[in-house]
Amino acid sequence: MSSLDDLYRRVIMDHYQKPRNRGKLDESEGLVVNLNNPTCGDSISLSLKVEEGKVVDAKFLGEGCSISMSSASMMTEAVKGKSAEEALKLAHIFSDMMQGKEIDDSIDLGDIEALSGVAKFPARIKCATLAWKALEQGIRQAGES
Amino acid sequence: MNAKELRQYFPILHQEVNGHPLVYLDNAATSQKPIQVIEAVDKYYKEYNSNVHRGVHTLGSRATDGYEGAREKVRAFINAREAAEVVFTRGTTTAVNMVAYGFARAFLKPGDEIVTTLVEHHSNFIPWQQAAKATGATFKFIPLAEDGTVTLEAVKQAITANTKLVAIHHVSNVLGDTTPVKEIAEIAHRHGALLFVDGAQGAPHKKIDVQELDCDFYAFSSHKMCGPTGVGVLYGKREVLERMEPVEFGGEMIDFVEHFDSTWKELPWKFEGGTPIIAGAIGLGAAIDFLQEIGLDNIERHEKKLVAYAMEQMREIEGLTIYGPAENRSSLITFNLAEVHPHDLATVLDSHGIAIRAGHHCAQPLMRWLNVTATARASFYLYNTEEEVDALVAGLKKAKEYFGNVFS
Repeated sequence: MSSLDDLYRRVIMDHYQKPRNRGKLDESEGLVVNLNNPTCGDSISLSLKVEEGKVVDAKFLGEGCSISMSSASMMTEAVKGKSAEEALKLAHIFSDMMQGKEIDDSIDLGDIEALSGVAKFPARIKCATLAWKALEQGIRQAGES
Repeated sequence: MNAKELRQYFPILHQEVNGHPLVYLDNAATSQKPIQVIEAVDKYYKEYNSNVHRGVHTLGSRATDGYEGAREKVRAFINAREAAEVVFTRGTTTAVNMVAYGFARAFLKPGDEIVTTLVEHHSNFIPWQQAAKATGATFKFIPLAEDGTVTLEAVKQAITANTKLVAIHHVSNVLGDTTPVKEIAEIAHRHGALLFVDGAQGAPHKKIDVQELDCDFYAFSSHKMCGPTGVGVLYGKREVLERMEPVEFGGEMIDFVEHFDSTWKELPWKFEGGTPIIAGAIGLGAAIDFLQEIGLDNIERHEKKLVAYAMEQMREIEGLTIYGPAENRSSLITFNLAEVHPHDLATVLDSHGIAIRAGHHCAQPLMRWLNVTATARASFYLYNTEEEVDALVAGLKKAKEYFGNVFS
């Protein structure tokens, strides 16, 4: 069970059981990105409020496995209060982490680091990246409007 | 039959995955291949690889004999009247699309009806849905019984004088139920409609007699019945196939090509444009020999016994929900374990060497009907054993315990 324990770390289960920022923002308050993973049926609806290049608020609703839902919970927590640029940078770091690439360890990833074990489970990487893809799309949309 | 003895023919089964003996229970997705099939494909490429139907040379004749010989094996396997009624395709999906384009899109008009169910695999759903959209025909669903099965009363309700085509699964890839094809064919024909049967989960597991079933089309895939991927079969009654338009134009399928028009070869070749899947068809022929030698009735009996054995133990696990009919199930069990998402469950089982499927099984309308987003599925074949069922049940208990612990 050792590699399993590496995948399902306690902090992941904590986010799965007690998701942070679960919900949605009022339409007047922010934009909404709906994404799903067509191969497995996981879905996320991410609400983002971006003001003057800053992620002011982020909430999510969705259905999925422990990895996808905990990743969404961690992501919203991590990007709230960051600049859009910093949030995108974090998304890139996360993508690198999922591909098993070396990442700059001077950056404090907080809870997100717990998801690094997913890289060893290729079939589950898409679960972890769904919320981050929604984030990237949302920030792009905010920049266009 | 003796499943343990049959395992010797499947080289892939003799390995460890994540430190445990492989327990392969994802047969509804694809089955493993016996050495007889692997060697038949290998022999074709090593000894007589050549194009079919055109070479005057010796290898060309051998390849043609091998390819057409495989067609005859398929004919006998499903008891079609003649080999001309057996069209080789890339698989079940291609077969459905061929009929959706060559029949439904070519002939249907507004007011006509295509009747199907919400249980269908996307492959037997989207082609009809899109054909209905393109032609203005109505897309209708046979209402399902509480356990997801299709009753004849419901079929009678749904099929009307306007129905031109009924498309239905023989065996569901999620619920494991078997539809009463013969009776449905009778109702469809009484109303002047054709019956298309998705046999992807039927042909590998039970004896098929298309004349007895009296369906107009029956489609299935080689790779789910011990054969290679990339090849499948569309059976169609001669009179229906003759009316149907080819959907792929090119070499091999023509009679005469004039400047401004062309004519087609006779059945079945008018549907086989381009160089066909020669090695695949030969491999499928070898798979049919293999299955026939064991006997489809024996395979069906073995699988029913395994499923009953598994259901009995799985029902004992608290929090485990099984979907589909309680009785008379084909060779698969779809379920969910409370508190454990099917993906997480599949990962935990995989860490014990047990391969199952998790997800929506290409049946999103059915998932919505069941009111779930995903499920887990264990599916069996002729080489699975009671010991493997025991391993699955032990794995499920461990997963439950594992997630119980991480949650507490």
